[in-house]
Amino acid sequence: MMYGFTYDTSSRLAYALSILPILGIGLIVTLEAAVAGFVFALVLGLAWSLLRRSRIRAVSWGAACIVEFIRDTPLLIQLFFLYYVLPDYGVILPAFLTGVLALGLQYSAYTSEVYRGGFDAVPREQWEAATALNLSRFRIYRDIVIPQTIPRIAPAMGNYAVSMLKETPVLSVVTVLDMLNLANMIGDRTFEYLVPLSLVGLIFPIMTTLCSVGIHALERILPKAGVALR
Amino acid sequence: MTWVHDLAILTRGAGITAIIAVISTLLGAAIAFIVGVARVEGGPVVARIALFYIEFMRGTPLLVKLFWLYYALPLIGVSLDPFTTGIVGLSLNIGAYGAEVVRGGLQSVPDVQIEAARALNFSRRYTLLHITLPQTVIEMMPAFGNLAVQNLKDTALVSLISIADLTFRAQQLRNITLDSARIYTLTLLGYFVMALVLSAVMRFLEHKARRGAAFPRGMQQ
Repeated sequence: MMYGFTYDTSSRLAYALSILPILGIGLIVTLEAAVAGFVFALVLGLAWSLLRRSRIRAVSWGAACIVEFIRDTPLLIQLFFLYYVLPDYGVILPAFLTGVLALGLQYSAYTSEVYRGGFDAVPREQWEAATALNLSRFRIYRDIVIPQTIPRIAPAMGNYAVSMLKETPVLSVVTVLDMLNLANMIGDRTFEYLVPLSLVGLIFPIMTTLCSVGIHALERILPKAGVALR
Repeated sequence: MTWVHDLAILTRGAGITAIIAVISTLLGAAIAFIVGVARVEGGPVVARIALFYIEFMRGTPLLVKLFWLYYALPLIGVSLDPFTTGIVGLSLNIGAYGAEVVRGGLQSVPDVQIEAARALNFSRRYTLLHITLPQTVIEMMPAFGNLAVQNLKDTALVSLISIADLTFRAQQLRNITLDSARIYTLTLLGYFVMALVLSAVMRFLEHKARRGAAFPRGMQQ
């Protein structure tokens, strides 16, 4: 029994149906982690890309190195690092939040590249015109560059959102009760892993397909000229 | 002394990681070419099977696939040892991503070249092996480089099916020493160095391939 649902192991179909509600609870955790992690990745990635465009050499170079390091190391080790090292320095976070931080950190390296491509696509003349109009750098980014960039980078960001969704099962390693972790726990108790793990393996492609459809719809809604931030 | 001791253990794990990464990347590349070509050149049935394979593999998390192969597959009578399970899982996974690269490359060849080949009465096989693939392989190299690094990072997950790779050794050491910061920093650096080496190798191969392309076979100097 888990979350008040009992397993019915009389047949494979009955077993699958009886554990589906439990996996559904795990799916909600999985989706929450993916959404929260992606929001964090969007913000942190933007910060990296702005730092990389800094006029101070040390700052831009340092940011580039950090991004490269994050991109070239596995999510699992970054997760372990946050999960085991932060408490040593007095930062004690729930496992879920640690997982969200790790997901966001890893994907911030990817999103920062997407932002960079988007910013580079803004014509030089617009920067010059904005500078000639004496706009501050903050206003240039907020009112001119970022609004135009949003519809251009949306497809690439959407792909990363879907791929982040597929990385959330890694969080089960640090005791987050996501769908994969619950499937394993059900397996541990019934000695039958085939049905729960197969169900997880089927639910994920369905979820990623749905997400892709949703993201394509979002891309169509976004105005091509840009999204005003005010 | 502890540093030397820790490094010795981590290096042993890194060796396993490197072996797994190399084998699964090569197998993945083979799968990528077979499935990618099947997707573009195969008949309606073969192309659809290839499409299903690509979409299914890209739609499921690697960890779920590894656990499925490790825990669920034995229940239907197929028992693989952890090492084989890891290699199979990683290769099937990265092969699907690679197949998309191969498909994209093949579809980027201008139609006029294929029409010209047909006009010259070249067989489809000859056209594929001597006209379309050779020129697109070079264009696929940067994408393959990224996938190879991705695959190297993915190998960390095989520690969860009890393979004694770098991550596994790091976990063991942490449990003994409880010095998380040092162990995981060393581990992160280990993966970073391996990724840099791998990127350099892939860029070298790309460079070699480009040089080779300038001098077609028989004209090499």
